[in-house]
Amino acid sequence: MKSQHKEVLFGLYNDEEELKSALRGANEQHLDIMDVYTPFPVHGMDSLLNLKESRLHVVGFLFGMLGTLTALIAMSWIFTSDWPTIFGGKPYFSLPSFVPIIFEMTVLFSAIGMTVVFYIVCGLGFGVNNPILDDRITDDKFCLAFQTNDMKESAVKSLKGFLKKTGAAEVHSKVI
Amino acid sequence: MSVSVSRIREPLVLGNKDYHQITEDLVGPTEKAPNTMWIVAFMVSVSLFAWGIFSLIWTFWFGIGTWNLNRTIGWGYDITNFVWWIGIGHAGTLISAILLLFRQNWRNGVNRAAEAMTIFAVMCAGLFPATHTGRPWFDFFMFPYPNTRGPLWVNFNSPLLWDLFAISTYFTVSLLFWYTGLVPDFASVRDRAKGIRKKIYSFVSMGWTGSAKHWQRHEYLSLILAGIATPLVLSVHTIVSFDFATAVVPGWHTTIFPPYFVAGAIFSGFAMVQTLMVITRKCFSLEEYITINHIESMNKVILLTGTMVGSAYLIELFVSWYSGYIYEQFAFYNRVFGPYYWAYIGMMGCNLLSPQVFWSKKIRRSVFWTFLMSIFVNIGMWFERFVIIATTLAKDFLPSSWSYYWPSWVEIGIYLGTIGLFFTLYLVFARVAPVVAIAEVKAILKKYGDQYLGPKAKPQHDHSATEPVH
Repeated sequence: MKSQHKEVLFGLYNDEEELKSALRGANEQHLDIMDVYTPFPVHGMDSLLNLKESRLHVVGFLFGMLGTLTALIAMSWIFTSDWPTIFGGKPYFSLPSFVPIIFEMTVLFSAIGMTVVFYIVCGLGFGVNNPILDDRITDDKFCLAFQTNDMKESAVKSLKGFLKKTGAAEVHSKVI
Repeated sequence: MSVSVSRIREPLVLGNKDYHQITEDLVGPTEKAPNTMWIVAFMVSVSLFAWGIFSLIWTFWFGIGTWNLNRTIGWGYDITNFVWWIGIGHAGTLISAILLLFRQNWRNGVNRAAEAMTIFAVMCAGLFPATHTGRPWFDFFMFPYPNTRGPLWVNFNSPLLWDLFAISTYFTVSLLFWYTGLVPDFASVRDRAKGIRKKIYSFVSMGWTGSAKHWQRHEYLSLILAGIATPLVLSVHTIVSFDFATAVVPGWHTTIFPPYFVAGAIFSGFAMVQTLMVITRKCFSLEEYITINHIESMNKVILLTGTMVGSAYLIELFVSWYSGYIYEQFAFYNRVFGPYYWAYIGMMGCNLLSPQVFWSKKIRRSVFWTFLMSIFVNIGMWFERFVIIATTLAKDFLPSSWSYYWPSWVEIGIYLGTIGLFFTLYLVFARVAPVVAIAEVKAILKKYGDQYLGPKAKPQHDHSATEPVH
């Protein structure tokens, strides 16, 4: 993230359907949307905002494989070469009884890996203070935001007009 | 995901709420001073917990000899309570993960509290094996780590070690799942708070803004975590059952144990969720979020799993008779007619018979009966574990070593202490975090509310407001 100040013009909508139709309008006019903030996940946003599908599942798979291999290699090495022990006359390398731990480690690595990657790519974490445009966004307002750095007065004005016309209950600007 | 919802099906959230009202109702309890009911409950829980701490100190000071275990019965109260708590800890992940995959949207009203309950129950459960070593400061010996004693490793072929891995994994994954779900709701609390509360909630909400991309990833993460938590939750109690099933003790050495333990775990977990939900909805006036429909749905799960567990009891009896193996036959004869017959009656009565009242719709929808039954089921499931463990060990192969076991006050004290710990944690949680998932309830509000045309429906929505203006 660049530490440069952002001038943001944003409209607050009262309903997710209003927000969605505003987004459709913005797409028609090829406006450059900075971001959309909502109190809960609104479905159908991905196509409206051209968001790519998340690749978290790939991360989960890779970490899961790492867990599988860690457990399998560690147990095999320990029981066949580091400290071979016979339990109940079974072979040193007794794969079936390794399965439960391999499974648990797969799930553990996958879950931790995915969650940590999620927080990193979203730039979230304990102590992070991301700028909040409006306190009511986590309550009942749906926010559509445009970045207006280096924009002409008239362009900002037309954006304002767009927000009002599409039904934004409030339009504000803020430097973050 | 477009599901069509019947127009006569009651909405999941009652009272014709709007988004702001939901925030008010659910964040409200964390902002106000606690009511008398909460304070009394908290004081009772903390006292029980303190008694548990005292019993633990007593155990560590004088040793495991303060428990009534003997050479015949080496596993008694401790592991009974462990399995009981782990079982209870299954409902949260079941509600959040399996019902999420099945798109059962009623879960949104109860998942947060159920997940919290899971985490606290697993914490209580973990206390028992940690204590049972007698020297808890050496508990890290249980984990495989390079050491100077060889290195001497743990036994990866042992179900007890599988259990350690299963439960640590289960606890970690449940915690991640629960906390990730809490982050947006903490942000809701943060944006209403002032002063020091704002600082604290800013810290715990991790800078959540509600950006569309974050929500997209958040939903993805929840779904995939649910996907991997589903086999996990089934594996945990399967592995717990392996603790017994891989032993060559008649009465334990049965292949029915894994499914029967998992069904029992879901059964007892839902019962504990019911106990807590009935109290929570009353204490925080959440009757419109945790509705009678939620309670009825959970009662149906209790009826189903209770009947599964009951069938398993009967199949066990049949198989032991049919096996023709006298030791197996004796183990079950001893369970039913032996010195612990009262525990068997308690188990059968509470687990097999009592949930059958839920065939009646009227009883399923009655809060009083639900609460009563949930307590019955909790007691019954405790008896089940006691029957499996103590009864089986009391009369083993050698009649000269037959014995009888009853817990000492120290063991009972530790058990009561975990109940205290559980309720203390839950009560604190209910004060500092929204007990109902705010964002998830908002997300289902319209889809399951606007279509409703039955009695008490809100006046038809004015669509002109949502029409795009060109």
